[in-house]
Amino acid sequence: MRASFRPGTVIDGFELLEPLGLGGTADLWTVRREGDPTPLVMKIPLLHDSDDPLPIVSFETEQMIMPRLSGPHVSRFIATGNIETQPYIVMEKIPGVSLKARLPDVPLPWQEVVAIGVKVASALHDLHRQRVVHLDVKPSNVMFRETGEAVLIDFGFSRHELLPDLLDEEFREPFGTTPYMAPEQVLQDRCDPRSDLFALGVMLYFFVAGVRPFGTPKGGQIRRRLWRDPVPPRAKNPDCPPWLQEIILRCLEVDPKERYATAAQLALDLEHPDQVQLTERAERLERDSGMKTFRRWLKARNARPLESPNIAGQLSRAPIILAAIDLSPGSEDLGEAQRVLVRRILNIESEARIACVNVLKLSRIAIDILEDENGQSLHVQRLVQLRHWGASLDIPKERMTYSVLEAPDPAAALIDYARHNNVDHIVVGARASSAFRRYLGSVSSRIVAEAPCSVTVVRSLKDRRAAGA
Amino acid sequence: MLIAILTDIHGNREALSACLAHARTHGVDRFVFLGDYVGYGADPACVVETVAELVEEGAVALLGNHDAAIEDSDEDMNSVAREAIRWTRAQLGPDHRAFLAGLPLVHEEGSVLYVHANGYAPANWDYMFGPNEALRHFSRVDAQITFCGHVHVPMLYNMSPTAKIVSFAPLADNDIPLLPSRRWLAVVGAVGQPRDGVPAANYAIFDSAQQNLRYLRVPYDAAAAARKVREAGLPEKLAQRLEQGR
Repeated sequence: MRASFRPGTVIDGFELLEPLGLGGTADLWTVRREGDPTPLVMKIPLLHDSDDPLPIVSFETEQMIMPRLSGPHVSRFIATGNIETQPYIVMEKIPGVSLKARLPDVPLPWQEVVAIGVKVASALHDLHRQRVVHLDVKPSNVMFRETGEAVLIDFGFSRHELLPDLLDEEFREPFGTTPYMAPEQVLQDRCDPRSDLFALGVMLYFFVAGVRPFGTPKGGQIRRRLWRDPVPPRAKNPDCPPWLQEIILRCLEVDPKERYATAAQLALDLEHPDQVQLTERAERLERDSGMKTFRRWLKARNARPLESPNIAGQLSRAPIILAAIDLSPGSEDLGEAQRVLVRRILNIESEARIACVNVLKLSRIAIDILEDENGQSLHVQRLVQLRHWGASLDIPKERMTYSVLEAPDPAAALIDYARHNNVDHIVVGARASSAFRRYLGSVSSRIVAEAPCSVTVVRSLKDRRAAGA
Repeated sequence: MLIAILTDIHGNREALSACLAHARTHGVDRFVFLGDYVGYGADPACVVETVAELVEEGAVALLGNHDAAIEDSDEDMNSVAREAIRWTRAQLGPDHRAFLAGLPLVHEEGSVLYVHANGYAPANWDYMFGPNEALRHFSRVDAQITFCGHVHVPMLYNMSPTAKIVSFAPLADNDIPLLPSRRWLAVVGAVGQPRDGVPAANYAIFDSAQQNLRYLRVPYDAAAAARKVREAGLPEKLAQRLEQGR
């Protein structure tokens, strides 16, 4: 079937230009359509090579899921042709090469590994928000736009929770790319977004350590990851900072509940290394003892697919909440009201992550003096106050992040922070109304108008009473 | 073309009106009714009249087991259904009965089959309860896409080229592409007596050009429908079912 394609062949109005080579299960061509300047690529599945149903079902899966996806982190879907006539999928061509091109250079500098991790985690979060788990995250399935965003490709193993899962029924044995498969995928659980965080952990481990954490196992060896932990990355590459090892090993936890709750929470840690809560994982230099491994093996012998969490549900239990805290004198009441509200949110959204943020307002024109008369940094002072505010929430430290932003426009700074960190919900205080604020517009009203997420505006008890009187 | 598929109305005027209004605001071009217009609910005559009017305008209406039981034996039915059918007979005039008696069991359009219960023996009313029943249907019926009701709970089955059955409990308001490489059996949930714990009425819209199927849930005044069931002196259980959706 492959032989019949050559440059100039036209399929449903798409002219084949040049072959991009063979993927695992498909032939790739750049194509063009008359009157359409968009660079396009056509993926033609190779369906006639064997009796294996996997290529067919993967193609059907991609055919169902791709038209539903949107945003910068996927290649835009253009058209599809059916199996009976000529199967293909045409999509936007992402220029450049996949992350596979970096493999000859591993181990990579850890700074580059972190930068890759942040971008891929953001892309995964956007995919998960579209109720899709990728389930085949690996270097060859990650590309980058010229603008920097990671693009996930190949949805042949993916799961969309609003569509029938064609792959689930078809195969009795686990399938996928074995070095990257999460333990629950080995158990054929196909609906946990945290499986993608495991695969990303494998990728980051490989990039920083220079070897794959579980090698390239086959057959029954695939199950070993249910009990055998990988050699800590720092034992392979001492340049890897302890906090990065902490993050990678947390991604590689056997139990999804021990990993990050969402890709956005993982990205937040990768971007705030100084705030990563270090545990024993960060210090580890060897694998677990025989006894500990043996206990995990006993447990794994009877492991069955986990209870199915739903994708949207997992994300909604684990939002990132931005608490925008005003630390100026006189706003203590407001701070207390915000604390009460954040506690209420934590009662319902049990895996929420709280980002406490204060803005140190800079003058637009004058040179700012960022020290007080005793020479103490205002930034550090604010951070201390912010931590004091957060400490009384009494939640585990690893779920709190503190940031002091320095900016001339507090509303814009908070909105940028929310957008960049995939914040789900902003809790901001509003001070009592005044003629001045009505005229200039308040920070909270601008956030309500412009933020990319839900916003709750909190008023202090005192202001509420005053307004009611 | 957008085709609204409604089934198992069961004399529930409130649920039917809500679904018809919903479908019209969604630009539906055509109605197909998969049967069971009567039985259980308090407004069988009104429902039959509404459907008959739509048939005059080009809608398709098929026969369900409760409709057939109006003229035939009701001996196979459970006691509650039988009591409801006996009450219903007294509510229907000769025109209503003639309309029901004249309904066909199946309707075929190209590769699409519409039927009340199942495709392989429409008149024996076997239920499509799960993947085994779906496999029996697929192995004996040629249609690429089949729509049926009778079960009251929405489900979507498909069969892969390797004869594996995939079962899927669809969520409302979501387009599902019915891939031409597979065969599909769509069980549409009941308009007038939902049984999955959600009292809102079920129906579906099939976009025949795009080959997309969308399941829908329409909230309606179930309390009013239940009150009428009680006022009619029908079994209390039938009123509770409407209130609870089970």
